[in-house]
Amino acid sequence: MTTSAPPRHDSAPTPAPRRGAADGGRVARGAFDPRLLLASLPAALRKLHPRTMLASPVMFVVEVGSVLTTALACADPGDWFGWTIAAWLWATVLFANLAEAVAEGRGRAQAASLRRARTDTVARRLTGDGHAERVPGTELRVGDLVVCEAGDTVPGDGDVVEGVASVDESAITGESAPVIRESGGDRSAVTGGTRVLSDRIVVRVTTRPGETFLDRMISLVEGASRQKTPNEIALGILLASLTIVFLLVVVTLQPFAVYAGAEQSTIVLTALLVCLIPTTIGALLSAIGIAGMDRLVQRNVLATSGRAVEAAGDVTTLLLDKTGTITYGDRQAAAFLPAPGVGVDELATAAQLSSLADETPEGRSVVALATGAYGRRVRTRDGLGDADFVPFTAQTRMSGVDTGGRRVRKGAVSAVTGWVTEQGGTVPSAVLGAVERISADGGTPLLVADGPCVLGVVHLKDVVKEGIAERFAQLRAMGIRTVMITGDNARTAKAIAAEAGVDDFLAEATPEDKMALIRREQAGGRLVAMTGDGTNDAPALAQADVGVAMNTGTSAAKEAGNMVDLDSDPTKLIDIVRIGKQLLITRGALTTFSLANDIAKYFAIIPAMFAVAHPGLDRLNVMALSSPESAILSAVIFNALIIVALVPLALRGVGYRPLGADRMLRRNLAIYGVGGLVAPFVGIKLIDLLLSSLPGIG
Amino acid sequence: MSPVLADVLQVTALVVALVLAHRPLGDYMAAVYTSPRHLRAERWIYRAIGADPDAEMRWTAYLRGVLAFSFAGVLLLYAMTRLQDLLPLSLGFAPIPPDQAFNTAVSFVTNTNWQSYSGEAAMGHLVQAGGLAVQNFVSAAVGMAVAVAFVRGFVRFRTGGIGNFWADLVRGTVRILLPLSLVFAVVLVALGVIQNFSDGQTVQTVTGATQHLPGGPVASQEVIKELGTNGGGFYNANSAHPFENPDGISNLLEIFLLMLIPSALPRTFGRMVGSLRQGHAIVGAMAVIWLAGVVAVTVVEHQAPGAASQLAGGGMEGKEQRFGVGASSLFAVSTTMTSTGAVNAFHDSFQGLSGGVLIFGMVLGEVAPGGVGSGLYGMLIMAVIAVFLAGLMVGRTPEYLGKKIGTREIKLAASAILVTPALVLIGTGLAMALPDGERAMTNIGPHGFSEVLYAYASAANNNGSAFAGLGANTEFFNTSLGIAMLLGRFLPMVLVLALAGSLAEQRRVPETAGTLHTHKPLFTGLLVASTVVVAGLTFFPALSLGPLAEGLAA
Repeated sequence: MTTSAPPRHDSAPTPAPRRGAADGGRVARGAFDPRLLLASLPAALRKLHPRTMLASPVMFVVEVGSVLTTALACADPGDWFGWTIAAWLWATVLFANLAEAVAEGRGRAQAASLRRARTDTVARRLTGDGHAERVPGTELRVGDLVVCEAGDTVPGDGDVVEGVASVDESAITGESAPVIRESGGDRSAVTGGTRVLSDRIVVRVTTRPGETFLDRMISLVEGASRQKTPNEIALGILLASLTIVFLLVVVTLQPFAVYAGAEQSTIVLTALLVCLIPTTIGALLSAIGIAGMDRLVQRNVLATSGRAVEAAGDVTTLLLDKTGTITYGDRQAAAFLPAPGVGVDELATAAQLSSLADETPEGRSVVALATGAYGRRVRTRDGLGDADFVPFTAQTRMSGVDTGGRRVRKGAVSAVTGWVTEQGGTVPSAVLGAVERISADGGTPLLVADGPCVLGVVHLKDVVKEGIAERFAQLRAMGIRTVMITGDNARTAKAIAAEAGVDDFLAEATPEDKMALIRREQAGGRLVAMTGDGTNDAPALAQADVGVAMNTGTSAAKEAGNMVDLDSDPTKLIDIVRIGKQLLITRGALTTFSLANDIAKYFAIIPAMFAVAHPGLDRLNVMALSSPESAILSAVIFNALIIVALVPLALRGVGYRPLGADRMLRRNLAIYGVGGLVAPFVGIKLIDLLLSSLPGIG
Repeated sequence: MSPVLADVLQVTALVVALVLAHRPLGDYMAAVYTSPRHLRAERWIYRAIGADPDAEMRWTAYLRGVLAFSFAGVLLLYAMTRLQDLLPLSLGFAPIPPDQAFNTAVSFVTNTNWQSYSGEAAMGHLVQAGGLAVQNFVSAAVGMAVAVAFVRGFVRFRTGGIGNFWADLVRGTVRILLPLSLVFAVVLVALGVIQNFSDGQTVQTVTGATQHLPGGPVASQEVIKELGTNGGGFYNANSAHPFENPDGISNLLEIFLLMLIPSALPRTFGRMVGSLRQGHAIVGAMAVIWLAGVVAVTVVEHQAPGAASQLAGGGMEGKEQRFGVGASSLFAVSTTMTSTGAVNAFHDSFQGLSGGVLIFGMVLGEVAPGGVGSGLYGMLIMAVIAVFLAGLMVGRTPEYLGKKIGTREIKLAASAILVTPALVLIGTGLAMALPDGERAMTNIGPHGFSEVLYAYASAANNNGSAFAGLGANTEFFNTSLGIAMLLGRFLPMVLVLALAGSLAEQRRVPETAGTLHTHKPLFTGLLVASTVVVAGLTFFPALSLGPLAEGLAA
């Protein structure tokens, strides 16, 4: 029927509601489970190795401090204060390691479930003479041809070169509905570890064993290939330089203190140092990064690098394909326009009858419109008795029914016009006018005829997804421009762009146009994100700063992008941007919190250190802490416990709402800046109250 | 008129005058540094020094210019002071000893003007006017040049060039500092500041003793001392001396002069980056910190304890009767927060907490509004840090004025804010650990410690004022303070110019609704908070053992 779309045979995942993340199918849940802390303890202990610790200079300093205080406590075994400080410093290091281990642990759980799919397979490799020999999957080389039949596991990543098959990809996507893979076109890629359910295909292997998509996924979610992202490195430098400043502060404090007649023990100075250096963010920095990647995985998106996630937060231009992202994948019937002298009900009924044999989405939408908005009675094929149905084919581009002497047809304008003319009828000029109007507006007109008599026109059009305009408005508030990419002509594109509320559109887009658009945006300093699935999308995916390949796409597309969406849902680009931003905000918020904490710690520790020599300084003891030892200990304990308290936040990411920059900054400053200022005053006081109630202290 | 009203009126008059001057001077300076034209006099200078004023310099070349010029300045001053007895107009003064000559040469070239000598009792007219005063001009011009080069880093895209050092140096001197000095020197003379080449006169005092009153080209040196935020007085008593600063009006004018260029440079910055509001945000942050300091010191001084102080309406020890508490407090805060270091009162005699505010004003890194040029680039570095911390909280990797603050940028900015705290802490720590520190103190207890802390805060931040109590003309202090001045001046310049080069090479990041707005009050608040918190966290322990211990003991 439709003039434009080729017949569709694939039920390939028009990925309806998101699974996996939503129902917890494949991956571990996002929520933080306290039991994970215990389970991660061994890993956290292993991370105490100084070489591992060096990756975080801040925590390395804490570890050195722990060793130092422990040594000093050993030298004076009766000093309960020294022992307690040493113990809490070790706890601080351990908590930091725990945070990282927990974050990694969640990735490992996901990797384990992926690894189950990577069983050792036996491949049937085609030899030159057309025979199939059985070889282990690990011996396959790039370019080998392998045969897969129903029940076989695909031995490695590759492209189908021959045949069609339905494939179960649930091992990777968590989606249980099988997908069609066929040679040629954009649905030729198969992934190692997936299972062929029916038919027979010949696959050309495109990756070496151990480097397949599944292998990459596993190493990604495990964090094995994790590298620090640019922003993480920059923040690390700032934290390191703050650590140096505080190291200087503490080291030079001793001569000042000696002059004041209040020489401090090394244990107290170490405690002060650990409280001052930004341990909170230092401890959680890597966990935040790992958790950011993890949140993507939970939404069934795999990023090849943390860098890409970070770039997602910076994206300023979003290229969105019209079909499937902004509009539903198919055109849908929107109105019936009767010919002169024909009742609209009569047209609706005829359209409905003639579409019963049209199983395409367009055909179904005609039936739905007739029974819905036009209130026709529900009819089924069986209910029509001995009617003779004419199914839709790509050749006739018509469907219809012959029943009780009536011959009703519905289909493409040219096809139905030809059919009517054959029977001596003509198309009324009013109908032709309607046809032209619809075409001009970017819609697709279908004619409905009863014998030689044209009954009217069905108006098919793109239907913009519900709520999409609001999402674009949110994106705009976040400073992100949306550009709709479509093959439609400019007029159609304009109409849809206006309805969906995108900022711009690219009509009659060719891959070259897309590429040029990306280059243009990037030349202006903008970061571009896009989705794509076809091989001809590959260059653009590679050029874009964030290129999300659909899992249903070709392996070329998947190679070119820096993310793969296992659900093949193009709207997920918006989620990806959100996760990128959330990652950056979490980092900034915890850094601010960490620094703001120091103010309260000074008010606890400085009076404790110097009030004896300078009684006036006791006026700084605004928290009225019970004793100098208790004050210092309370600050150290707070410093350690706040890490654990913030682990869930680091893993989950701070709450994020799409707001303009100013409002977002004001909100986060209020929560994490002011909160960071106030929280330790309360926390340290509470710990002090607790400590002073213990016998022997306070 | 009540003292409080007088103080308020005085501060208001000053602020109004600065606001009135802000726009024309800021715009004029922007025009000076962006104009393609050269004055004839400037062409002569370029020809004489063999410089091509139109050649764009990469940051490394620019830096070479800064360092070579400054090094030559140090050598020249060192030679002049060491060979003073052989020069004309020496007034018979002996050569300056090596450590003091080094200290003095460095001090004037670094725009610090720490003086471990008594000007009128050690330096001849040629050294004063031909050596020290010349550096008062050019060291200020160097500071402005570096600031302007840094701003060009933000303005320019995908280029290596950040301007021409020689052109910036000459223009700053010829078109900005000289004309302003000329005008205000005449005004100062009119207000009673002396200007002559006499070797002074001997007078009979009321008690019958004779006293020698040294004369000299004071007004010409006074004006650039303030205008260039130098601070090195002709007389040891500096602006407390009636020949330098005769009355309340001249006092207010001098404060105006030392605040003038630093507070107008943010306008220049705003003009150059094409958004005046960006400049307003910067000057706003400077103003908030400065005003808070003025209020704090004035209040504390007025409430000085003790019967004598209460009768006098405030702590009058060490203050000039003709200025009183308000004008002295205003001068003290303005001079410490502008890296000027001129004084019209004995900072050593201020209340403990006031002394703390003055030290804090310096260890902020001299940014409120800071020295000529150095204040602007110091505050912009803080803005980069603030943007980095807060910028993340809007969900984007940080950017400032269309430039990404990435690894390289943060490395340079973080190092730049590391320099002066490190110098102050290490210097003070060293002085306290060695016997030299305690030996030089004139006070004991926390106040003695404040004297040492003040000295290094002043030197490392190129302020130049002294807590006065410290007997700093020793080999140890002359040398260590000299090193602190050198590193405190030039290390940040190296980093700032490197940062300028790195920024200039970047492409522009377009502004969107998701971009952190750096021209709004929220950012000003953030900038103030970052500046105060970073310095506060660094110096809280030291301040608590000095000024706080002293001030809270009461």
